[in-house]
Amino acid sequence: MAVDRGTIEKLAELARIQISEANIDDVTTSISEILGLVDQLQAANTDNVAPMAHPLDAVQRLRADQVTENNQREDLQACAPEVEDGLFLVPQVID
Amino acid sequence: MNDKVALHDMTLTDLSQGLRDKHFSSSELTKHFLERIEQLDPQYNSFITVTSDQAIKQAQAADERLASGNAPLLCGIPVAHKDIFCTQGVKTSCASKMLDNFVPPYNAAVVDNFEKSGAVMLGKTNMDEFAMGSSNENSFYGPVKNPWATDSVPGGSSGGSAASVAARLAPAATATDTGGSIRQPAALCGVTGLKPTYGRVSRWGMIAYASSLDQGGPITRTAEDAALMLNVMAGFDQRDSTCIDLEVPDYTKSLNNSIEGLKIGIPKEYFGEGLDPAIGAAVEGAIKQYEKMGAVISEISLPHTQLSVPAYYVIAPAEASANLSRYDGVRYGYRCENPHDLQDLYMRSRGEGFGDEVKRRILVGAYALSAGYYDAYYNKAQQVRRLVKQDYNEAFKNVDIILGPTTPSPAFKFGEKSQDPTAMYLEDIYTISANLAGLPGISLPCGNTAGKPVGLQLISDVFTEERLLNAAHQFQQHTDHHLQAPADSANV
Amino acid sequence: MQWETVIGLEVHVQLATKTKIFSGASTAFGAEPNTQACAIDLAMPGTLPVPNEEAFRYAIMFGLAIDAEIAQRSVFDRKNYFYPDLPKGYQTTQLDRPIVGAGNMEIQLSSGKTKTIRIHHAHLEEDAGKSLHEDFQGMSGIDLNRAGTPLIEIVSEPDMSNSEEAVAFAKKLHALVSSLGICDGEMSQGSMRFDVNISVRPKGQTELGTRTETKNLNSFRFMERAIALEVERQIDLIEDGGTVRQETRLYDAEKHASRSMRSKEEANDYRYFPCPDLLPVVFDEDYIEAVRATLPELPEARRDRYIEQYALSSYDAETLSGDRELSAYFEAVTQDCGDAKLAANWIMGELSASLNSAELKLANSPLNATRLAGLILRIKDGSISGKIAKQVFEIMWASNQSADEVIEAEGLKQVSDTGELAAMVDTVIANSAKQVENYRSADADKRPKMMGFFVGQIMKASKGQANPKAVNDILIEKLNKLL
Repeated sequence: MAVDRGTIEKLAELARIQISEANIDDVTTSISEILGLVDQLQAANTDNVAPMAHPLDAVQRLRADQVTENNQREDLQACAPEVEDGLFLVPQVID
Repeated sequence: MNDKVALHDMTLTDLSQGLRDKHFSSSELTKHFLERIEQLDPQYNSFITVTSDQAIKQAQAADERLASGNAPLLCGIPVAHKDIFCTQGVKTSCASKMLDNFVPPYNAAVVDNFEKSGAVMLGKTNMDEFAMGSSNENSFYGPVKNPWATDSVPGGSSGGSAASVAARLAPAATATDTGGSIRQPAALCGVTGLKPTYGRVSRWGMIAYASSLDQGGPITRTAEDAALMLNVMAGFDQRDSTCIDLEVPDYTKSLNNSIEGLKIGIPKEYFGEGLDPAIGAAVEGAIKQYEKMGAVISEISLPHTQLSVPAYYVIAPAEASANLSRYDGVRYGYRCENPHDLQDLYMRSRGEGFGDEVKRRILVGAYALSAGYYDAYYNKAQQVRRLVKQDYNEAFKNVDIILGPTTPSPAFKFGEKSQDPTAMYLEDIYTISANLAGLPGISLPCGNTAGKPVGLQLISDVFTEERLLNAAHQFQQHTDHHLQAPADSANV
Repeated sequence: MQWETVIGLEVHVQLATKTKIFSGASTAFGAEPNTQACAIDLAMPGTLPVPNEEAFRYAIMFGLAIDAEIAQRSVFDRKNYFYPDLPKGYQTTQLDRPIVGAGNMEIQLSSGKTKTIRIHHAHLEEDAGKSLHEDFQGMSGIDLNRAGTPLIEIVSEPDMSNSEEAVAFAKKLHALVSSLGICDGEMSQGSMRFDVNISVRPKGQTELGTRTETKNLNSFRFMERAIALEVERQIDLIEDGGTVRQETRLYDAEKHASRSMRSKEEANDYRYFPCPDLLPVVFDEDYIEAVRATLPELPEARRDRYIEQYALSSYDAETLSGDRELSAYFEAVTQDCGDAKLAANWIMGELSASLNSAELKLANSPLNATRLAGLILRIKDGSISGKIAKQVFEIMWASNQSADEVIEAEGLKQVSDTGELAAMVDTVIANSAKQVENYRSADADKRPKMMGFFVGQIMKASKGQANPKAVNDILIEKLNKLL
């Protein structure tokens, strides 16, 4: 399915990916081509076929409710872009 | 030192024996490979990070362990890890600008397993960014070059792992396979690559591309080496909910079993339009070889092969679109300069931090999951996935192994397909369905065309890696394709 | 025009597990920022979730308590959106296959009637972290300690038609999850948070009006006020010729005002899909029945038992049975003092008033059940009067003395010694010639009323310590001798 520029702009917003003005047409074209390939799916007869989310028919294991993780803040924040008083800083969040 | 065979041409079994027999030490071995990397890798670019100092320390520790006796088989043997596996204290970038500054405070399960076994880490190998690609042209650190023809791609996404093993810069390497990312570069680089059954190897600490398809595995020069590597990599890990709690056999035990009477199915869909005739001819040769070795060959059909590509290019991007949302410039990784508000922080950090192919797949995934398209794309693809799986279930009622080409064509030139994503996607036509169905698959060299290697693919039922490795090993006992080395590395 | 209100609730209940739903990090409240956020909670690359069995057990307990179908196979989905307090960029939740199916709950109304509120389903999901807006020069600070805390989201049908019903439902849920021990019930810490869906329509109309969602109310009082405000706003809007917009609103309790949440307004497309990192969660009948066997007595059963066993009024029984801690306290006091009625009166009267004015929780009460029972025992055996008991209570509240120690130290023991009392009565009669004369000349049926004067004088003389019953007996006897 061919998508238009507006759709790509909306997707980019949804996925929080800035696409420059110079690139948007190229991106629109390539995504349209990919969706063209993907549209071959529509030819498949999938009546009464259950979707398959996992390759194996396995069942979830559950974990015991025991604390196994101690404070690792220092290690885990070593790669953080901006931290103050143990908090990750971001531009003001507005509700 | 061994007089006859250079250290870098030896298999893991030989190296392991050599260490035990004190023909050489792990320190000597490790330094030998570090020197080769230093001298030769500038032309291949197969490593993102070389961990020389750490490798030498690990080698010294391995030498002590070897001296004390009772060291595991891979103790003291250098290996390279794909830069998708988290390594504590060592940059793990996934070949992305997004993680160029990321140093994990933890190891992937696979990395831990190698550390425990005493193996030495040489460094982290180059790859397509976030494992998205079939040519290694999508790396933030530049493309990897195919050691057989440096104007051509090594395949992807595990191009660095395949190239480093092919160029004899590492005896073996770890890799991951989501749609062919172990088998396709192994085929293009003339080495052996095994994608185990989904759930056989823990995904803990392996950076996710598409969670229901990703699986770690080895790239080696021989099937026997792959068995040794899988012995270390495989096993239950309670930290990965999709990892299967099943005993790990010693994969080397069954390598020498006879394959007399082994039933091999040849899917007719794998020999149709799009297959390079030279590849077809090499694979035909392999089929004849198997027949000679006593295997029973029959034609089979996997009718949904064509549809596996479109199904994959919905499912993998859909999962990726969510898996890669965590890269938002807040807690780690790339953050854009001076964001003027939160929205800007997200849009630019992700816009600047991800490469083009990653962005394309995230957008395609978001589209396939968005309101109004979910049923037509995502749900439809998951239904087709079941049809693909059913094809295999039918086939394995009659045959033990499915055999065909790994790729439709040999290594192509840089730029040849990078402008046309859909042409690139068809590279994976023979490998993708095993991921959709969770099956193990192996690629091994079976010839060459115009100096470029050709890969033969074997696929078997879930958790029958022993059968695959046995069939591959027997082939390698009777052929010498796997012994061929690219010219560049011969004189260093 | 006559208007009708339609209310549905979505309630987020934090489960009282020790660890997060998908990681082994602690959920304890009040830790230093990000000290309880492990690599999984921070969505570090390569990390993977493993679900906490206890969270499922708690959800199943809730489902069984509301008579709901428990899903033998439930599935986690990803809900995609970007927010700094959501590290993965998606919330792991349950969309199509929740663990708890449809159920129902009965609420009591002030009219004495009961009403059944249907629950559409309840699902398990993870909580988000917190954004702190102060002190960072235009930046927000992100604390992810809360990220990954297990929640059940309980979704009601739009079965409530006013704030009383909504609050009764909310309180009932609070009582239920506290009694089950699956939530600590600490509303002020955000352990239960209510989203209220409200719409209005002309009375008699069957079609629903456009609804708004007022988010994150964390007290019953705020909820009541927010509903009143929103209903009024919607009616005013429509009566002024406007239309209600479907939107998310935020209630500001301090200003008693609400506003639209602009950030939530942009058309959200959550792109739900099954989480590929998690497999279907399966429970067989035996597992579910084993959980059923562990269910504690539920508030309703307890209320009925209080009425039956202790002859409490239904109001007292309802109040005391609603909260697990309160009912445990009540039962402990009753056990020690042997008088459920007095125990109920003292707990709901003096104790609760003192806790309220000191802004204390029952768990932190200075007066434990044993000490309160000790006080009640002294009332029962006539050692002190009810009035003196209040004085003793106050001293006990401020100290750690027992009732007996206070009575002893303060000399508050009731005077029941008949000799001593008779002497007091004689003195009062001797000093009240006029009143005695009036008593004598009054009609017999007027006399009991006139006793009050003499009793009052004696109580005054005894500083309230005279046993009123004994005083009464002696007084009648002595006055009648004078007739």
